[in-house]
Amino acid sequence: MYKTSAQHLSYDFKTLANLMAKATPARSGDYLAGVAASNHLERVAAQYALADVPLKQFLTEALVPYETDEVTRLIIDEHNATAFAPISHFTVGDFRNWLLSEDATTEKLTALAPGLTPEMVAAVSKIMRLQDLILVAKKCRVITRFRNTIGLENRLSTRLQPNHPTDNAAGVAASLLDGLLYGCGDAVIGINPASDNLEATARLLHLLNDVIERYNIPTQACILAHVTTTIKAIEHHVPVDLVFQSIAGTQKANESFGINLNLLNEAHQAALALKRGTVGHNCMYFETGQGSALSANAHHGLDQQTCEARAYAVARKFKPLLVNTVVGFIGPEYLYDGKQIIRAGLEDHFCGKLLGLPMGCDICYTNHAEADQDDMDLLLSSFAMAGGSFIMGIPGADDVMLNYQSTSFHDALYVRQVLGLRPAPEFEAWLIEHDIFNAHNQLKPLTEMPALFKASIQKLTGGH
Amino acid sequence: MAQDKDLTIAYDPWHPLTQLTPARIALGRAGMSLPTRSHLDFQLAHALARDAVHIPLDFDALKQSLDNSGYESQVLQSQADTQADYLQRPDYGRCLNERSIQQLASQHSHAVDIVIVIADGLSSKAITNHAHAFLQRLVPALTDLDYQLAPISLVKHGRVAIGDAVAEHYQAPICITLIGERPGLSSPDSLGIYFTYHAKANISTDADRNCISNIHANGLSYEQALKKLLYLIKEAEKLQRSGVALKDETTDSDNGLAEQQQASINFLL
Repeated sequence: MYKTSAQHLSYDFKTLANLMAKATPARSGDYLAGVAASNHLERVAAQYALADVPLKQFLTEALVPYETDEVTRLIIDEHNATAFAPISHFTVGDFRNWLLSEDATTEKLTALAPGLTPEMVAAVSKIMRLQDLILVAKKCRVITRFRNTIGLENRLSTRLQPNHPTDNAAGVAASLLDGLLYGCGDAVIGINPASDNLEATARLLHLLNDVIERYNIPTQACILAHVTTTIKAIEHHVPVDLVFQSIAGTQKANESFGINLNLLNEAHQAALALKRGTVGHNCMYFETGQGSALSANAHHGLDQQTCEARAYAVARKFKPLLVNTVVGFIGPEYLYDGKQIIRAGLEDHFCGKLLGLPMGCDICYTNHAEADQDDMDLLLSSFAMAGGSFIMGIPGADDVMLNYQSTSFHDALYVRQVLGLRPAPEFEAWLIEHDIFNAHNQLKPLTEMPALFKASIQKLTGGH
Repeated sequence: MAQDKDLTIAYDPWHPLTQLTPARIALGRAGMSLPTRSHLDFQLAHALARDAVHIPLDFDALKQSLDNSGYESQVLQSQADTQADYLQRPDYGRCLNERSIQQLASQHSHAVDIVIVIADGLSSKAITNHAHAFLQRLVPALTDLDYQLAPISLVKHGRVAIGDAVAEHYQAPICITLIGERPGLSSPDSLGIYFTYHAKANISTDADRNCISNIHANGLSYEQALKKLLYLIKEAEKLQRSGVALKDETTDSDNGLAEQQQASINFLL
């Protein structure tokens, strides 16, 4: 029982799960699930009550039963009590105060990460404002490596996403070149295939591998097919850099994605064995997003933000190069408008970073959501201020395959300019070497194609 | 706004690439940002896509045109009464309303192999522009293979899972749902097909379905989509299931894409 009173009304929240849900800032998915606070006062009352919950309570009161959920078992079984010890006497409210204090340094936060559970970080995020989420996340530093180094201070990477409605090779290459010439692609060059089958995936993997090798680009490739397709590709000796998979925070939701921890482990081991990384071995790329568990009717009465944080426990197990919260893709049933999308993006980044993950954000919206480019600009600017690891780079912000809007190559240049954020160092050196960027983190003015790509364009235009 | 070359805009020398993709490439830049015209072009496309979500599908006209082609059909509705309901309550959109359940129950139906469900989804334009034309290829192909079809169900405010209830009613092992996909800026009329084998209402999940998406003028052709769908049906009957376990292994040569891919070989390599 979690009791509190506010304004002469007493509240009695039956379970920790119930309390967490009621304390969550308003969003449509929690109303849809029927777990949200019924009014503003109840929400604040729940936040008071949540602030008084000892962090230890999250280790004894599982929000999804341990016996029936492998994500809960992962969270509990792999919890590091030693790392947790310095804050084990805190309540959620104390934890917020400490995170904001000067005592919570980058070093201490890094050491603390294995001692935190997703539920603890979700809980504290619910009683934080956006500026708190930004300030604390900014202090976290998560560095991952494959063929370059992602997550260094004052760096922001981009996933180049050259999707095409029919996976046409030349169409993909056109968007790919556009992105490279705008300085994008250091997080990964990642394509969502129009059809999830081995033949299409293999063809695109070969295409990206050949381009990366031919132009000696310090980055990695990924085709965002189902993990079982990628495992098949590895078995067929197709060059696989990163294994992709969408993941969620409950076993049942993961089952609806056709995955479990064993399958992810199998894929991780297969990719590691290829040893294709040159500066490191983080070889998994995960995508998540609030609402996915409810969408699969697998939320166990939890609010969607807590479910989302639990997905990070799954991600953390496999030491990913990149974790991407695809925040506005799911639609207005879960995140209604720009305000809800912005808050969710910053919550996810905060929770992921505290748990030690290389968090990026697909800052995006669909055309049936109450959002527009102005909302994306606000999230992009605050996400970059918070030290976000990477964003998407899509030609003109319009994904012509997935039919949604994300951040563009121009958006990345905007935020580099305003906040002085550079690409990954290896990739930046490549951009400078090939006359794409100058030494001041800016695009060079181009009157003709850079020498590196001159021949390829001539091939297309018949030598003129 | 000047149409001439503006000296404050940096134009991209790779403009010829725009013929290779509908993506917004080689937009140029004003400083590091979008030039005015590209910015406004985007705003225009967004306005059109936003409005497209709210254009209702003319079910009577669709039924009439199917009647004219000799396809028996019926209009059903989900539990969502309005488009606003539909957008905010996916649970409503997955279940038939009481009247539709009664309507189905009152029919004397015999066993069929396949149900075809057409749902407006998020783009009525997708259904208006593509559903009938696709059916004219799909229905003969299925009849040639001796499949028995239920009357085509046209479902107002339906989500993908609405097909499950219809398939269950007819005890049909195969459920094919055509649905209007979320409108994109460059493709406001994209049609999606979801295929479910042994669909069960409230039990089937996304992992049990196969999806063929992006059927529109700049995307997958009707022929390509049909080949994929027929392949999925054949393989699902062998495996006795659909979804993640069933991979779409059709190759480009099966789909007539090979020639297209060949013609547009990657100029970067």
